[in-house]
Amino acid sequence: MFSSYVIALCGGVLVGLGAILLLLLNGRIAGISGILSGALWGSDDSKTQAKGLGWQWYFLGGLLLSGAIMGAPLEAIFGLAPIELSSVSQSTPLLLISGVLVGLGCAIGSGCTSGHGICGVGRLSPRSIVATLVFMVMGIISAVVFH
Amino acid sequence: MKKIVALFCGVLFGTGLMLSGLADPAKVIGFLNVSLMLSGEWDPTLLFVMSGGLAVYLPLYLLVVKPRAQAKLGPVFDKCYHLPSKRAIDAPLVIGSALFGLGWGMIGICPGPSIVNLAHLDLPMVLFVVAMIAGAYIGRQMNRTLPLTASSRQ
Repeated sequence: MFSSYVIALCGGVLVGLGAILLLLLNGRIAGISGILSGALWGSDDSKTQAKGLGWQWYFLGGLLLSGAIMGAPLEAIFGLAPIELSSVSQSTPLLLISGVLVGLGCAIGSGCTSGHGICGVGRLSPRSIVATLVFMVMGIISAVVFH
Repeated sequence: MKKIVALFCGVLFGTGLMLSGLADPAKVIGFLNVSLMLSGEWDPTLLFVMSGGLAVYLPLYLLVVKPRAQAKLGPVFDKCYHLPSKRAIDAPLVIGSALFGLGWGMIGICPGPSIVNLAHLDLPMVLFVVAMIAGAYIGRQMNRTLPLTASSRQ
């Protein structure tokens, strides 16, 4: 019904909209690794933060909510197949090593696909452009080796 | 209001990840595994995700946020924009991004999709997120203790 390229492009537009609205309205960067770390351990500028859950928890809640409620409508409208996670569950050690590397790498490298790849490249930040090139190349090498 | 905005942006962002296929590990591996080009099975659609995201983010940043930030104006619901202040392309940036890429290519999950997929409470995804948080904690401690990275927290 819809070309897979058009669907992917629309998905990207939604991701970009979510990210730029967070910046336009709240002045925040939509980097998921940074938001997760900020939610769990506070961000560096959070000393003056108001009581209660930080804004980061609400953004993460939004991500969870989309995962919980949007699967069925997207399947009905765009014919998207439900996400099959069995491909990731075949090797638990690999899953755990991958998780640790993703968490560690994003913490040391100050960002992930969203923070560097969309928000950073979208600000033409040289740091983020370098980071994105590095994790894309490493991701390609790793995927070729492991699959 | 900031929290409602954050929730709404999270839903938009997560829906975009699902619609684009970035939340589907099999699709991500089908893109990253360029050896599939040899058999003609390589899936380039994820290139369109980044293009779509940047097509929205880049012009609005350059036309609205950047001039406002330079004029010391803030976003709608805050006094100032919280933009990263670091400029140096240093070892932690490159090493950290390389480790992240290595982990990403193994399974095909990065932090955003891991949280979106956590909604189903499948055991593999729960394990992945726990491991990711452990890794992030280790990285945070390293950033604080190693002299190389001590000044580079964003």
